Amino acid sequence: MPSALINVPSKAKRGDVIEIKTLMSHIMETGYRHTASGEVVPRDIITSFTCRFNGAEIFRADLYPAIAANPFLTFFTTVTESGKFEFEWVGDKGFSETASASITVE
Amino acid sequence: MIRKSGNRFADKIMRKQRTMMPNSDHTTRRTFLTLAGGAAVLGAVPAVIVRPAEATPAMLSAAIRNVVGEANVRTGRVKLDIPPLVENGNTVPMTVSVASPMTTDDYVKSIHVFNEKNPQPNIGNFYLGPRAGRAQVSTRIRLADSQKVTAIARLSDDTFWSATADVVVTLAACTEEAI
Repeated sequence: MPSALINVPSKAKRGDVIEIKTLMSHIMETGYRHTASGEVVPRDIITSFTCRFNGAEIFRADLYPAIAANPFLTFFTTVTESGKFEFEWVGDKGFSETASASITVE
Repeated sequence: MIRKSGNRFADKIMRKQRTMMPNSDHTTRRTFLTLAGGAAVLGAVPAVIVRPAEATPAMLSAAIRNVVGEANVRTGRVKLDIPPLVENGNTVPMTVSVASPMTTDDYVKSIHVFNEKNPQPNIGNFYLGPRAGRAQVSTRIRLADSQKVTAIARLSDDTFWSATADVVVTLAACTEEAI
């Protein structure tokens, strides 16, 4: 059951630098673990994360197996206008999830 | 652990040798063979033990070269916040920040994080722009062993800056068995 947690302030002043926190629940299976019978557990990770504001990309990340389970990312952005943040996670085995958050700029 | 068991084995040989010594003044054929056999076993042990795959220094420098190309990487401007001692390598909080005004002329293009001893040298690549306002990224990472973590930032003028931190890990990630 994939679910995302997003933390974006709902209001900000024009020109403020705001912090965005995101967490996506995901096992992030490394592909380096074995079962008790010795079989390799196939890799299953999120490989890329993108954040767009009103359609323009503001942050992107390539993730590797060295990112802990339930990838948690925080980053910053300058707000100049009201709008919508869109978040997208893409991964192995056809994993693709999106989330969004709106902000009002005064 | 390998070294410990090896030492115990060596002790055993030494004891054996000592008990045998009173029988002869010189090294006998038997003691020689025992020692030679012991040495052979000791030499063979590291090859037999199955260890988790580890990124080699060559892989690490190749991964870094892949990002920076032929450019020179200088130390400074980057701050890598990571606890020096972590109990659980499965989730290690990490923050990378870069001293940059983040204007349209001078900003951080990307931040790349590498490790020394995980199976893969890459940890993550983060792409920013002048709009970020502050060049700072936080996440939680996995560390398979006590090792060095390196963060490299690419600035808008295509210079590269880096910071390195040593981390001691008591419980390693990746090594436990899945169910």
